[in-house]
Amino acid sequence: MSEKFDVIVVGAGPAGISCSYELAKAGVNVLLIERGEYPGSKNVMGGVLYRKMMEDVIPEFWKEAPLERPIVEQRFMMMDKESAVTVGYKGMEWGQEPYNNFTVLRAKFDQWFAGKAVEQGALLVNETVVLECIVENGKVVGVRTDRPDGNLYADVVVLADGVNSLLAKSLGFHKEFRPDEVALATMEIIKLDKKTIEDRFNLEENQGTTIELFGDATKGILGTGFLYTNKDTLNLGVGSLLSGLIKHKIKPYELLEYVKNHPMIRPYIAGGEPVEYLAHMIPEGGYKSMPKVAGNGVLVVGDAAQLVNAIHREGSNLAMKSGQFAAEAVLLAKERDDYSEATLNHYKTRLMSSFVGQDMKKYKDSTHHFDKFPQYFDKYIPMVNKAASQMFTVDGSSKWEKQKKIWRDVGTAGEKFKLARDAYRAWKVMK
Amino acid sequence: MLHIVACIKQVPDTKIIKMNPKTNTMDRASAPAILNPYDAHAVEEAVRLKKKYGGTVSVLTMGPPPAVKAIKKCIEIGADEGYMISDRAFAGADTLATSYALTKAIEKISQIKPVDLIICGKMTIDGDTGQVGPGIARRLDMPPLTSVNKVKEINVEEGYAIVHRKLEDGYEVIQSTMPCLMSVEKEINDVPYSSMTNMLKAARYQPVIWAVADLEDVERTQLGLKGSPTIVSKVWAPKKPSGGEMLEGDAAQQTEQLLNLLLEKKELFVAKGGSGVEL
Repeated sequence: MSEKFDVIVVGAGPAGISCSYELAKAGVNVLLIERGEYPGSKNVMGGVLYRKMMEDVIPEFWKEAPLERPIVEQRFMMMDKESAVTVGYKGMEWGQEPYNNFTVLRAKFDQWFAGKAVEQGALLVNETVVLECIVENGKVVGVRTDRPDGNLYADVVVLADGVNSLLAKSLGFHKEFRPDEVALATMEIIKLDKKTIEDRFNLEENQGTTIELFGDATKGILGTGFLYTNKDTLNLGVGSLLSGLIKHKIKPYELLEYVKNHPMIRPYIAGGEPVEYLAHMIPEGGYKSMPKVAGNGVLVVGDAAQLVNAIHREGSNLAMKSGQFAAEAVLLAKERDDYSEATLNHYKTRLMSSFVGQDMKKYKDSTHHFDKFPQYFDKYIPMVNKAASQMFTVDGSSKWEKQKKIWRDVGTAGEKFKLARDAYRAWKVMK
Repeated sequence: MLHIVACIKQVPDTKIIKMNPKTNTMDRASAPAILNPYDAHAVEEAVRLKKKYGGTVSVLTMGPPPAVKAIKKCIEIGADEGYMISDRAFAGADTLATSYALTKAIEKISQIKPVDLIICGKMTIDGDTGQVGPGIARRLDMPPLTSVNKVKEINVEEGYAIVHRKLEDGYEVIQSTMPCLMSVEKEINDVPYSSMTNMLKAARYQPVIWAVADLEDVERTQLGLKGSPTIVSKVWAPKKPSGGEMLEGDAAQQTEQLLNLLLEKKELFVAKGGSGVEL
């Protein structure tokens, strides 16, 4: 006995849930399948949820969603071995409605979000693995799960099965990802009491800070680290491209241990107790690695479609937006009673003309560029640190002399030229 | 047709729960709520008996609203109906008050459809008493069959059941009249991976929920904290076991040492009341 639904969504993360939510709200018969024990149990992110895209799905969600802290300060730390140059912005306008973004713990948040989709009428089945799409006459018509009598049918299957989407791969939508297309992030959730966190990060109640870590946080390998404040825990993590880890023969948890013991980070987490250890892959291939996102009876959303803006640490917001666009395309297909690729491609059009596609295109070369030219991370960041140290150390020499010395230290005329060229290149891939 | 009621409870997962070192109580927020593992076997046994003899399986629980999740888990296993009694008046119940409240609910279920058999798990993993099952049996004047590890036969027409009861050194076969109550051991069955049909049914299922006012002839003084004479005078966390002997060397040396050790301590392995193992 196999049932037929209007839509089957595979994977209850931000993309899958927002898609299910929109469809259920529009009265579509939608089944959401999650392999974890509950939505969020297997989902990992550094921890920043952007208000705008979440609000597009559920207005004023901050009034009831399980959030940690609204972010009022964002810092960027360029680290050398025993120093760091930090820039940042703190503003009280981010500390009040409608807020800018929040730290969240995914295990709690996703569960809540999925509950909202269920309230709208989506059917949620947990602890079930989708093994493959059922394809008939060149069209996806359902999914085969690992359960007895586990074949289910639908007009459209939405693949929200995350980074390294095996389902999209088995449909031939993408090849096995290369090590320079995916990053591996590891993180710890570190327990500290609320008051200590607020003192150490100079925060008041219901305020949070995010610190992005560059340079020595990843031992000069292309990647970033992060330190985010939750209510009574900190999220500390590092992520770098698999290719970089392979090249430098560093294990991801060694990198995490290194950053935990870094003199710029150690005082923040002192006395904290690690309560969770998580690791996950992040799709960072960008625009050039995007798979085919629409086919006959099938759509690909979120991480499964490689929708991550690595430079701006954005992913969940792109995922939610893609989920919404997918829902839109399904509704259009339903109206026309045509679930072919031609109609479902509406999703791709909407996606690529929105900020999601625009940003994917804008940064299409950035990760690859920084991967190709490691000097940004292993040379220029230490250089900036050294310059700052020289400039701010009072030793009786004039500021003129100091500036001259800093410029001399950049190196020969050839190296100065290289610096100027790299600055121009970086500007080009980021502009 | 057989009507079986399985009594179940949602419990914190005590495998990962943390104890509050100051108050010596369980920090319930530190562990997810799960279906009591013994109860999963109770429901599975009910479902197996239904498949064999025909009939219906109802599950019953007492708990706060989130306990609906535990009932849904039972529907996944194959139960047909779920009933939940949920009311502030039930809060703080010990095993006496719990068995009273569940008895009242079973009486109400019997009015919908007479109950032939009640199955409970051996005990809950948060209380470890194993008292609620027999408590219900006593109140309903049914024979309590505890430590059941096999249901050999059920005969609804003639009204009897034959089961195996687990003993320390074997099992006994007993025959009881029906209706009766069984509390079952884990080894009675394996709970299989649920079918997609049951998963979908569970996802859609909403149990019947009763408050105190929905039950009949209830003496409120017997409910919840008021109806609970149990006093917890002291709670402490057990000491973590330490010591033990480590065997060293390669596999052959370790085997040699182990054999010598077993011979040395052979009196530990003599079965109670038996003649022991001749070595």
